[in-house]
Amino acid sequence: MITTTGLRKVYHSRGRETAALDGVDLHVREGEVYGVLGRSGAGKSTLIRCVNMLERPTSGTVEVDGQDLTALAGRGRRSRAELRAARSRIGMVFQHFNLLSSRTVQGNVELPLEILGVTGQERARKARELLDLVGLTDKAKAYPAQLSGGQKQRVGIARALAGDPKVLLSDEATSALDPETTRSILQLLRDLGRHLGLTVLLITHEMDVVKAVCDSAALMKAGRIVESGTVTELLATPGSELAQELFPVGGEPSGEGRTVVDLTFHGEAATEPVISRLSRTYNVEVSILGAAIETFGGRQVGRMRIELPGRFEENVVPIGFLREQGPQVDVADVAADARKELVK
Amino acid sequence: MSWDDIQPLLVQACQDTLFMVGWSALIAVLGGLPLGVLLVLTDRGGLVQNATVNKGIGVIVNIGRSVPFIILMVALIPFTRFVVGTSIGAEAAIVPLAVGAIPFFARLVETSVREVDGGLVEAVQAMGGSTWTVVRKVLLPESLPSLVSGLTTTVVALIGYSAMAGAVGAGGLGSLAVTYGYMRFDTGVMLITLAVLVAVVSAVQLIGDLAVRALAGRSRSQTI
Repeated sequence: MITTTGLRKVYHSRGRETAALDGVDLHVREGEVYGVLGRSGAGKSTLIRCVNMLERPTSGTVEVDGQDLTALAGRGRRSRAELRAARSRIGMVFQHFNLLSSRTVQGNVELPLEILGVTGQERARKARELLDLVGLTDKAKAYPAQLSGGQKQRVGIARALAGDPKVLLSDEATSALDPETTRSILQLLRDLGRHLGLTVLLITHEMDVVKAVCDSAALMKAGRIVESGTVTELLATPGSELAQELFPVGGEPSGEGRTVVDLTFHGEAATEPVISRLSRTYNVEVSILGAAIETFGGRQVGRMRIELPGRFEENVVPIGFLREQGPQVDVADVAADARKELVK
Repeated sequence: MSWDDIQPLLVQACQDTLFMVGWSALIAVLGGLPLGVLLVLTDRGGLVQNATVNKGIGVIVNIGRSVPFIILMVALIPFTRFVVGTSIGAEAAIVPLAVGAIPFFARLVETSVREVDGGLVEAVQAMGGSTWTVVRKVLLPESLPSLVSGLTTTVVALIGYSAMAGAVGAGGLGSLAVTYGYMRFDTGVMLITLAVLVAVVSAVQLIGDLAVRALAGRSRSQTI
């Protein structure tokens, strides 16, 4: 639904060039919720703004719903009109809501419809329907200044949906909200996405957002996507940084000369008594350093960090046994992790 | 002079002042509003960035603002004669008043419009709005309280300028104060005229402030 190819955006300032986007290839499938995660300055905001051409990419292409938007970047009257038409089919939700303070809630939701040239009565009907959808029917006549942050974002979402978009872009939509409100807004986004068959591209710096709503995710660093895939795939990828952050299992080894192993269980494997079998078969003492179970997209995933006595070389056979039993096995290089922590 | 003598003069002067100020304020809005908006739009990083147009308008506005009004009035006599057919009287005074007020108001408009949150502009662009839509639906409505406040300042300044318009025989309160109060040493007329001027300016300011409060109220109040 959204495809970017070799997307680059270079800013010039005082003779220096900074590449905010350095060759980004992104592919968002129809109907999925796709999260781009990254720290501030990683380029994720530039990326989402390139998708609806609020920022013109320096090179590369952006395709939304089969239409190449970068081809419309020309200055001609016709391509500008086409770009505007394309934008009206892409909804956008902002971190700071960006509601007009001079208009009522209903007036704000009607704005995109005015731009589309919808007649007065139809506008009012549609706006009320959307406010109903986001649970703000009773606030239609209120001004944004009279609303709480969460309510403002609901108005923002209703407004973004007014043009019946197929694609919704969310630029840190929950970053200005408290955790409780964040949860309710995310739930609303996900429900609406499913209900209306929307494709949602959201950017965030909060892992919890990805955990709560995303089907797929990508990690951005210094203008590049360093990892991407569906959440299930990512969790199954050995050494995945996203998986580690999505679903961390902690626990320090109890001493030198021990082997730490991270186990990830998917679906069926989660119910197998793997640890006790390992312990009985090889007569080894297994200590559990940390464990957790979470649900991603309705599927249960368990993670566990265990410790075996002896170095890795001495544990090759038990680890091989673990691999046969089903779970995904990563031998954690605890020393390397510790070094990474120091660098951070 | 007795009150009976002053009264008709005062009424006439009030009418002249309101006539001059009213028309020139209207023209200042019609001219200054687009200029002020253009100054913002054509500026660096603006929606229709255009350095030439921006510098051009900037220079014209600066010249307009730096020429003292009394000189502007004299310098514009040929232009005034061309526009209204005469260079004497209240109608003739409207021309220099308006020409002086346009750049003044344009700068105030520029400041007001610049204060509108860029995120709102972006939101409307993301909806598929054109530059014209942005001006009409975002920049002007969002800066309206501030624009009204700028208009109030402009009207008050125009009342001050209009006193000088007496120099081209335009009449008005200022001219009354000068001809009767100053030249004929009639302190009574002087004081009465001044009192009326203060009252007019206060009334304008009060109306302006009330309008601003009414407009800004909806975007500030926290309760319904």
